[in-house]
Amino acid sequence: MNEHAWRGFTPGPWRQRIDVRDFLQRNYTPYDGDESFLQPATARTERLRDKLRDLLRLEREWGGVLDIDTSTVSSLLTYAPGYLDREREIIVGLQTNRPLKRGVNPFGGIRMARSACEAYGYQLDAKVEEYFRYRTTHNDGVFRVYTDEMRAARRSGVITGLPDAYGRGRIIGDYRRVALYGVDRLIEGKLADQKELACRPMTEENIRLSEELYRQIDFLRQLKEMAAGYGHDISLPAADARQAVQWTYFAYLGAIKEQNGAAMSLGRVGTFLDIYFQRDLSAGALDESAAQEIVDDFVLKLRMARQLRTPEYNELFAGDPTWVTEAVGGMGEDGRTLVTRTSYRFLHTLRTLGAAPEPNLTVLWAAGLPAPFKRYCARLSIETDSIQYENDDVMRPDFGDDYGIACCVSAMRIGRQMQFFGARCNLPKVLLIALNGGRDELTGEQVGPQTAPVGDGPLDYADVCRRYEFYRDWLAGLYVNTMNVIHYMHDKYAYEKLQMALHDTHVERFMAFGVAGLSVLADSLSAIRHARVTPVRGDGGLIREFRVEGEYPAFGNDDDRVDSLAAGLVHDFLAALRKTPCYRGAEPTLSVLTITSNVVYGKMTGATPDGRKAGEPFAPGANPLHQRDRMGAVASLNSVAKVPYECCRDGISCTFSVTPQALGRADGEQVRNVVAILDGYFAQRAHHLNLNVLNREHLVEAMERPERHPHLTIRVSGYAVNFHTLSRAQQEEVVARTFHERL
Amino acid sequence: MTGRVHSIETLGALDGPGLRVVVFLQGCPLRCLYCHNPDTWDRRGGQEWDAAAVVDRVLRSRPYFSQGGGVTLSGGEPLAQARFAAEILRRCREAEIHTALDTAGAALTSDVRRALEFTDLVLLDVKHADEARYRALTGGELATTLAFLRHVDERGIDLWVRQVIVPGWNDLPDDLRRLADLLRPLRTLRKVELLPYHAMAGVKYATMGLACPLEGLAPPDEAAMARCRAILAALLARPVD
Repeated sequence: MNEHAWRGFTPGPWRQRIDVRDFLQRNYTPYDGDESFLQPATARTERLRDKLRDLLRLEREWGGVLDIDTSTVSSLLTYAPGYLDREREIIVGLQTNRPLKRGVNPFGGIRMARSACEAYGYQLDAKVEEYFRYRTTHNDGVFRVYTDEMRAARRSGVITGLPDAYGRGRIIGDYRRVALYGVDRLIEGKLADQKELACRPMTEENIRLSEELYRQIDFLRQLKEMAAGYGHDISLPAADARQAVQWTYFAYLGAIKEQNGAAMSLGRVGTFLDIYFQRDLSAGALDESAAQEIVDDFVLKLRMARQLRTPEYNELFAGDPTWVTEAVGGMGEDGRTLVTRTSYRFLHTLRTLGAAPEPNLTVLWAAGLPAPFKRYCARLSIETDSIQYENDDVMRPDFGDDYGIACCVSAMRIGRQMQFFGARCNLPKVLLIALNGGRDELTGEQVGPQTAPVGDGPLDYADVCRRYEFYRDWLAGLYVNTMNVIHYMHDKYAYEKLQMALHDTHVERFMAFGVAGLSVLADSLSAIRHARVTPVRGDGGLIREFRVEGEYPAFGNDDDRVDSLAAGLVHDFLAALRKTPCYRGAEPTLSVLTITSNVVYGKMTGATPDGRKAGEPFAPGANPLHQRDRMGAVASLNSVAKVPYECCRDGISCTFSVTPQALGRADGEQVRNVVAILDGYFAQRAHHLNLNVLNREHLVEAMERPERHPHLTIRVSGYAVNFHTLSRAQQEEVVARTFHERL
Repeated sequence: MTGRVHSIETLGALDGPGLRVVVFLQGCPLRCLYCHNPDTWDRRGGQEWDAAAVVDRVLRSRPYFSQGGGVTLSGGEPLAQARFAAEILRRCREAEIHTALDTAGAALTSDVRRALEFTDLVLLDVKHADEARYRALTGGELATTLAFLRHVDERGIDLWVRQVIVPGWNDLPDDLRRLADLLRPLRTLRKVELLPYHAMAGVKYATMGLACPLEGLAPPDEAAMARCRAILAALLARPVD
């Protein structure tokens, strides 16, 4: 049977062992031409797109949630098959039985599921409540073990966004394996691994892994059954392009039915699928229009992925994101580009289906990418603001050429590596706690070890650094231990059965830590060093604000005096994290990424020594603080480029907004200049760029009259959102950001 | 060698080809009625910079010059500090950076000639093609600009000519005819641009305690600009941006 499915493919080790990369390298066709081969949406596609648009409008009008099934716990087999338009769909499968209807997934935490239902006027069904009375959730487990110190740190917001009440996400199943091998072969492989484990001593890890394998196999079987409900037998490999897309989508669909993970990336499927498209196109079984139709239908489905979340969660990660991140482009280790015609077909959906935040299209930029592809991406960015860019040239040496991006900026080898994601440390708050002798600067609560607060009079740089380093080391240890608790419990009570079934059994693990407010802390230290900063005390001796006299170099102006401080901060923070061992031998990594939580972090942080007032938002990710970059965009990007990727292998996010006029007067000029910006920025080993080309006035207008701009999409921090789904405060923060413009 | 710098814009996409670092130098001998940078007039304003430090800034942008970018000296009138300008341009030329000078050509001293030795592209704003009107609009002499243009032409330096269209001043067919006559003989003319006057500098005038000379004048609309461009393009038999 495999012989038919694999007809025409160049054989290799991939036939004997599970190795999608080997298959891909031997069979894909690099494409260095331009976009002229692409075909517009067919009438069928437009019809489906319009149908979804109507549903999306309803969803918007009903406050962001169209419908919730409150009586069914979401999993692979708990819903009857659902369709958007059964007669016309090419690729089938919905999370629940109706489009955009959300399921409940209480394995992360029943409270979260309950309050999410209530926030939208629903009530969680008594049956579900009853069932979870007798079942421990991930959230229950974590809070059984959390120490007083962990609770205090969590409460103060010095560590925020801990995945202790919802699915951790950031795991990318190798969904392609289902298409290439069929589920039966995958089960065989897992059974063999199980036999191999049986020969090992039954240590705690071996017992755990053996049980996990049992559950993986169980869910692979369920996946087959789920597909059978839609009339497809996925026990065997996909035999043509449509099946390859359908099999891959079923695998992804199973994952999002099972897990309400914060970010559920798709991975890097485009170039893999291109092999099937090429085969069908050369056999005359498909024409370009039909190939695009399959991709369009697939992407339409991905745009319908929904999870049920609480309003508090939305404050951190606004815009109802699901992070269906798909990596596009990049270069192979052998120097051939991984851009294929299907890379174009995926990007082209921004035109056939219109701009949209999902899937989170992530172009892996490399100096060696074909020039027409660079121009095409730049043009689409100018048109849609829906693409993010990440530096393939800095990631490839670490992650090879078959990695995907989890969430926004986190690279991992697909199917071979996974990560334990968690939260961010609020760096400026660590400094304030340090200056206040271990007390929270807003509440006065003693959150860290007690020391004597800093004295009156101007701050002394060396003294401040000593204090900061002491509390940083304390917090880093606490952070690792907190994450260890969380991930132990997540493995125990909310294990990702299907996603891990689509990984190698012996997987490499990262533990992904994060920092927020990097530019605020760097500027604060710069101000203390180069200007004169005096604390002003308020009630109870807490520092209320800082008096800043004189000028100081601010991050974002390509000034080494402060940029080197920022680089040192992440280097030292990672070193501090390394001192505490991570659960399951994971390797600690660090990201500088805030999603939209920079607003919330700012709200929970007192005035800082850089002159930022209490409650004011931080800059997103690794961005300079709003309006502090005075030398224009390139200087600003150069500052960010100096944050070392070697210390931040979980990613360094930068969001960049520029007006179209500032990029040049003619359209061709604007495209060339966007390419020049990306080439220049990434040549300096910078990691990530969100690119928005738009006018501030446009955003202000969209704030006032959302109904006129229902599809306005902008990149925020590692992902894109529909502008109207942001809260007012978040919209204002986006508008207040530096727009690089010229008169 | 040091000079006075108003500011540096590292994302310049409008003042020459590709992405450019635009260095705005302090000082200007002209007082154009529509000037939108009155804060650059004072030769003693801005910050003191060493030419080497300015060039260091420019070099930091080198990776962004892949699409033909480089440095542009602007102002003010960059030639109001011709020696300083020449030093920056010399060093950039030495580093093989494309050099452009955004000027009104309001001087032709030996220092200016020296600056032009290191200049790959001149962006010149011909404010008005009629002597009397030029004087009234700018407070300077058209003859100086013409001499400057001849020199640029003789040296074979590439030239982009721009004019800011100010309604009631230089937007009539007659004005454009004179401009065309002036431009026609220039052998290195590579590009002609007409830019609309804009009224966004009002705040700057107010903060400087100055009266805005064209207070209340509405900028030309798109149609008016298109008309001017079409007329000039027909007269010159070349595209006008």
